[in-house]
Amino acid sequence: MNGNGSGANGGLAVSMRDVTKVYQMGEVEVHALRGVSVDLEVGGFLVLLGPSGSGKSTLLNILGGLDVPTSGQVLYRGQDLTRADEGELTRYRRRRVGFVFQFYNLIPSLNARENVELVTEISDDPLPAQEALDIVGLADRSSHFPSQMSGGEQQRVAIARAIAKRPDILLCDEPTGALDITTGIQVLEALERVNRDYGATTAIITHNAAIATIADRVVSLADGRISRQHVNETRAAASTIQW
Amino acid sequence: MIPALDRKLLRDLWRLRSMGLAIAVVVASGIALLVASLICFDSLETTRDRYYARHEFGDVFANAKRVPRWVAGSLDELPGVDRADTRVTAGVTLDVPGTSEPVNGRLISLPDSGRPVLNGVTLRSGRWPDPGRAEEAIVNERFAQGHGLELGDQVFAVINGRRQRLEIVGTALSPEYVYAIAGGDLLPDPTRFGVFWMARRHLATAFDMEGGFNDISLSLAEGAAPEPAIAELDRLLEPYGGLGAIPRAQQISHWYLQNEMTGLRGMALLMPMIFLGIAAFLLNVVLRRMVAVQREQIAVLKAIGYSNLRLGLHFTQWAVVVSVLGGILGIALGALMSAAMLNLYMEYFRFPDLIMRWSWGHILAALLACGAASVLGAAAAVKSVVRLPPAEAMRPAAPDTFRVSLLERLGLKRWLTQPLRMVLRNLSRRPARAAMSVIGIAFSASIMVLASAAMDSFEELMQLQFNVVQRQDVTVTFFEPEGRAAFYELASVPGVVEVEPLNGASARLRNGNRNRQVGIQALQPDARLQRVVGADYQPVRFDRTGLILSRKLADVLGVAPGDTLRVEALQGTRPERDMVVSATVDDLMGVSAYMEPAALRRFLSDSATMSGAALGIDPAARDSVYAALKGMPVVAGVALQHAMLESFETFVAENMNNTMAINLLFAMVIAFGVIYNTARISLSERSRELASMRVMGFTRAEIGVVLFGELAILTAAAIPVGLGLGYSMLAGMLAAYETELFRMPLVTEPGTFAWASAAVVVAMGLSAAVVRHKLNRLDLVEVLKTRE
Ligand SMILES: Nc1ncnc2c1ncn2[C@@H]1O[C@H](COP(=O)(O)OP(=O)(O)OP(=O)(O)O)[C@@H](O)[C@H]1O
Ligand SMILES: [Mg+2]
Repeated sequence: MNGNGSGANGGLAVSMRDVTKVYQMGEVEVHALRGVSVDLEVGGFLVLLGPSGSGKSTLLNILGGLDVPTSGQVLYRGQDLTRADEGELTRYRRRRVGFVFQFYNLIPSLNARENVELVTEISDDPLPAQEALDIVGLADRSSHFPSQMSGGEQQRVAIARAIAKRPDILLCDEPTGALDITTGIQVLEALERVNRDYGATTAIITHNAAIATIADRVVSLADGRISRQHVNETRAAASTIQW
Repeated sequence: MIPALDRKLLRDLWRLRSMGLAIAVVVASGIALLVASLICFDSLETTRDRYYARHEFGDVFANAKRVPRWVAGSLDELPGVDRADTRVTAGVTLDVPGTSEPVNGRLISLPDSGRPVLNGVTLRSGRWPDPGRAEEAIVNERFAQGHGLELGDQVFAVINGRRQRLEIVGTALSPEYVYAIAGGDLLPDPTRFGVFWMARRHLATAFDMEGGFNDISLSLAEGAAPEPAIAELDRLLEPYGGLGAIPRAQQISHWYLQNEMTGLRGMALLMPMIFLGIAAFLLNVVLRRMVAVQREQIAVLKAIGYSNLRLGLHFTQWAVVVSVLGGILGIALGALMSAAMLNLYMEYFRFPDLIMRWSWGHILAALLACGAASVLGAAAAVKSVVRLPPAEAMRPAAPDTFRVSLLERLGLKRWLTQPLRMVLRNLSRRPARAAMSVIGIAFSASIMVLASAAMDSFEELMQLQFNVVQRQDVTVTFFEPEGRAAFYELASVPGVVEVEPLNGASARLRNGNRNRQVGIQALQPDARLQRVVGADYQPVRFDRTGLILSRKLADVLGVAPGDTLRVEALQGTRPERDMVVSATVDDLMGVSAYMEPAALRRFLSDSATMSGAALGIDPAARDSVYAALKGMPVVAGVALQHAMLESFETFVAENMNNTMAINLLFAMVIAFGVIYNTARISLSERSRELASMRVMGFTRAEIGVVLFGELAILTAAAIPVGLGLGYSMLAGMLAAYETELFRMPLVTEPGTFAWASAAVVVAMGLSAAVVRHKLNRLDLVEVLKTRE
């Protein structure tokens, strides 16, 4: 698997080999992933599609060092994450990974800028918090608390928080899931910009096939396996998406 | 089939078992204290009342110099008197084989025929003395045990300078000596005070009391007040050197017992209230969180058709189950504790048999207290359940609104990292809850302070009394006021390096209808051994004319400096005179009036006012000094400084460890209960934030700051509050316990504060460790997958 997407500029950020994930639920075993191999090219933009329960979140969590596979290998720039201990995984997340979730997960007691600073304070070479907010178009909302912002605005703060550390990898689990078209597009535009301008390798989970047009590679999962995979010759701009 | 809602209850109970358990243990501690104190109180009261009734403990007691036998007949005629008994009693020094020190003894006459009716004596072993044999005596059981005396053993009483042999033929108990303590001592020492009962005839002969008596006990008719009898008795005894009658309430053994029981009752009320109040607070916090988390479930249940009543009950049930569980545990613990406590009491208070009182009323009271605490704790949560409109509740709760905290607005913002800001804002968003947590933790610190500072105060009392006020090695009291000859006799004993005469007289001070019988002490202004020193460590300055009173005595008599008192001497020619109170002194033991020696002599127009002496002795010559004192006819009693200090040290060693351990345990229970629950609730409220932070790459230690920073701040705020609270509780307690026998100065050693703070910090560390364990198992994926 060495498809060279238009946005990718060579080299692998992460590569997954024959990854399985089995959840033990008492007597029952749930096979969330049944042998998945995926590569994330440096600077690439990947979209993960698939029905509910197909294992998308599980895959993303393993990519981000939130979870470990039952078997298989996950290499981040050659380093084996499956052998990493808790502390190494924490360092991996801290230095390399930016996460964005469906439900924003902002800290309600911190305002927008402080939510971003939460990350910049523990990073080596972060973007200034204000600049990160500027990128997502929220420079003027920096002193507002999450409770004073709309869902889309909160999600953009979450993106600002994720990109402020200049992550190698930006992982988004249904970032537009809770949003309407207009705000959804604003959020995607922000992600697109980060991928383009800062070269962050990006992976997005979505249920919305239309969003796949902005990726350079689309992977579809079904029942824990990759069912389809293709490379977009040209990437559409987020603003042109029809919901 | 268990109804679905009750199955939910059971699962909630199981899910929150650790919090429930922590609360149940707080409840159990409070209930254990309540039940134990109630059982102890009732058992002691029943035991005492039965004992007093069966052995006809007197209602009024009096001593005189020598009363002719024919006066006895008129005792029965006194107002309200049911029965009167006369005896011959004497304080003597004892020579106990194997003990070099002179020991204080009390000899009490037994009727020549029959047994004493009032103040009945219970034979515990051996037999009654043969009235025909002068040397036979029975001794109080504790003394025999303290010295390992067996039937047939001998001790010697020094009577008029002659060693009189006493042969022990039995051991006994008496309601007069339930608490056997020598006058002037603070703590009972079984080896230092012996009571001997012997045939009257021989005792009377030895003390020149043939055809007379010097000790009167009265029992009163049901419901009769003691005052009229006391007034008449004093008048009757005046010509015979009456020393003032006292009611039972002032009888020393009874007084100590009563004092202890009052303390027990206080404990039965105060401590459980603190524990149950804290439990109610914890229930409140946990239930409110439960309702907040289950908001949508409650809405759905309401939508399905569950009534407010049913749902309110559902949440109340959780609280009731937790506290009733705690209550049952507490009742069992309390029963065990009461047995241990009663055992300890029986070390100090001697009854022929202990009647354990265990009533269903106690259990009911305990369970009611639990019920009240749980209902109180559940009230707020239930109210919010009832108020919740179903349609609205299906939507997520309005997000919490946060503000920049005060500390940040004061300009500290630059210095605070984001996790610290989270801590401050979380705290300032729920100030009431933070304040309650602080108060809860503070109570645990205050319990520690109270327990340990009470000991500090007691030690201070001892230190002041025995190192500053009384610096002598030995205090000797005489049978009769003596003149200079006794002084020289003592001074000539080899090994006595310093003698200071103690001049004094027994007197009654009267202000209107308030009066007290006290000793007037006349100390040399330049006294080196026995001095008058207040709690401020300043020796009192005497002036020519006035009377200086113990502050407590002035309070009792209702006088202040400048007022005039009527002073009636109870010895010699019994002169009376009005005297001006010139000052009061905050002395700590006993109550006295103090006068300049020449003034006292003038008042009594009598040169013999030396009632005893303070001695400084050469430690190397101790035994020979003791031997000499035992042989001196004038000596009625010998108090030894080192023996008092030793019995104090034993007391501290025995009680300090127990009291401290128990209080430490209770303080830890409270601190742990409050801190653990606070931490768990925070964890529940913050798990989403904390998980997000973990995803961002914060380490466990770093997110620990958010959770444990809050605990640390609460604990840090609680410690000074707790120390202050403990200090004021101590002040209140010492004021309440201030008695005419002793008053404890309010002092706290720095070590006490350090102890209390350390205990709270340890409890915080423990709770943090337990919560940390949960925090480490926080499932990041799980938490973030769901909407709050
Ligand atoms: N902690 C868990 N324990 C047991 N099974 C789990 C756990 N987490 C996920 N699963 C199971 O693993 C499978 C994949 O779950 P995953 O969350 O990856 O799905 P998904 O593709 O993200 O679905 P969705 O689009 O609904 O978010 C599902 O069948 C799910 O039930
Ligand atoms: Mg998912």
